[in-house]
Amino acid sequence: MADLVILLIFMVAAGIVAVEIKDLLASAIALGAVGFAVAIGFIRLAAPDLAIVQIVIEVLSVVFFVAVILKTTHVDSAAGRAYKGADIFTFVVFGVFAFVFIFFSVKLLLSFAPMDRALGPVANHYLTQGLAETGAVNRVTAVVLDYRALDTLGEATVLFTAVIGALSVLRLEGRKK
Amino acid sequence: MIVLVISLALFLVGLYAIITKRNMIKVAIGFSLMEYAVNFLLAIVGFRPGALPPILKAVEVGKVYADPLPQALVLTSIVIGLGVTAFLLALALRLYNRIGSFDLEEIQRLKG
Amino acid sequence: MSGMTPIVKVVARIVGGFVFLFGCYVILYGHLSPGGGFAGGAVLAAGFMLLRLAFGTTAKQEKSTSISSSVFESTGGLMFLLIAILGLFVGGYFFANLFPSFGTPGLLVSAGSIPLANIAIAIKVGAAVISVFVLLASTKYIFKE
Repeated sequence: MADLVILLIFMVAAGIVAVEIKDLLASAIALGAVGFAVAIGFIRLAAPDLAIVQIVIEVLSVVFFVAVILKTTHVDSAAGRAYKGADIFTFVVFGVFAFVFIFFSVKLLLSFAPMDRALGPVANHYLTQGLAETGAVNRVTAVVLDYRALDTLGEATVLFTAVIGALSVLRLEGRKK
Repeated sequence: MIVLVISLALFLVGLYAIITKRNMIKVAIGFSLMEYAVNFLLAIVGFRPGALPPILKAVEVGKVYADPLPQALVLTSIVIGLGVTAFLLALALRLYNRIGSFDLEEIQRLKG
Repeated sequence: MSGMTPIVKVVARIVGGFVFLFGCYVILYGHLSPGGGFAGGAVLAAGFMLLRLAFGTTAKQEKSTSISSSVFESTGGLMFLLIAILGLFVGGYFFANLFPSFGTPGLLVSAGSIPLANIAIAIKVGAAVISVFVLLASTKYIFKE
């Protein structure tokens, strides 16, 4: 598990760089570093399907960020502004929330997901009966497209809605200005 | 265990960006970071030490396999994350078109 | 969008075909090896974006790509729904596998309707990504002073 810890520390460091750096282009590239580290972690976690999808989607999302930043500006004009009273209140609220969140999540996860527990009955069914019931060697595909295909239909609907939303936000026809 | 805690820390980095940053692109980056953290956490929950990928013809006795169910749900969630990023970037472009910067405080000045 | 330098164009011309080939492999072998419709569709869209960014486009091409990608996206979604509804008639419930025992498990022709659903999902995801790319990278929306 030590390799995963090193990878996660790299991810947190790159995430802090992505959030705090002033140049937006550098920020998008740091986000890409986090995404590729996630892909490497998926390979380590015995999930090659997720690694392939994560690498491709990360490339696409960095291309989207760079396309938008190149068209507008890459200077974060909001950075470096002096903090007011309301901002300090926001920081305090965030700090309290972070403490409570970490505390209760750790408490819950300790009881809920120890690493070396046995697989549940549903996962065992997918692993042992999956080939006979669906004919797919790759059990992840069997779950995505056969056992839980309704979830995939919902995902397709969400993606469709997101694309329609982006198209209608950026439409040029029929606008007053 | 420590792995789960550091994933939660990555989630909090993204949440910090969403709450405190005033730049629209930074908010989109925060959303992406939160999404990565949650995906990674779910993949860890489906993992066992020394597990093999769930791509097999028959289950071999004595070998440990990763749980295919969290992997399948994360697979759809990654693609949804791309849709969310695209929508937020479209909103950011529209904001830039309207007020000439990505600054979210400028929106408040448009009121009235 | 104007094209890039000749170095990029030559490399994109060589690599582009392999990207499309890999995308088709990932889609068609999704039920046997890591991959599937989501990854394969995104790989195809990435290959398309590589060629677009390397060679540049005109406004007319952008318009026609935007129209055809929305048509393909609807087609993929409807194909997926059609497979689901055929399952309702053949197997008795929504998304039932149409012919699960057809073919030899472990070979390309197997797993019933899963490869067909993979192809539908790949068309859907690829077209969605391409239409967002055409939207965000279009020359209509350059606001730089």
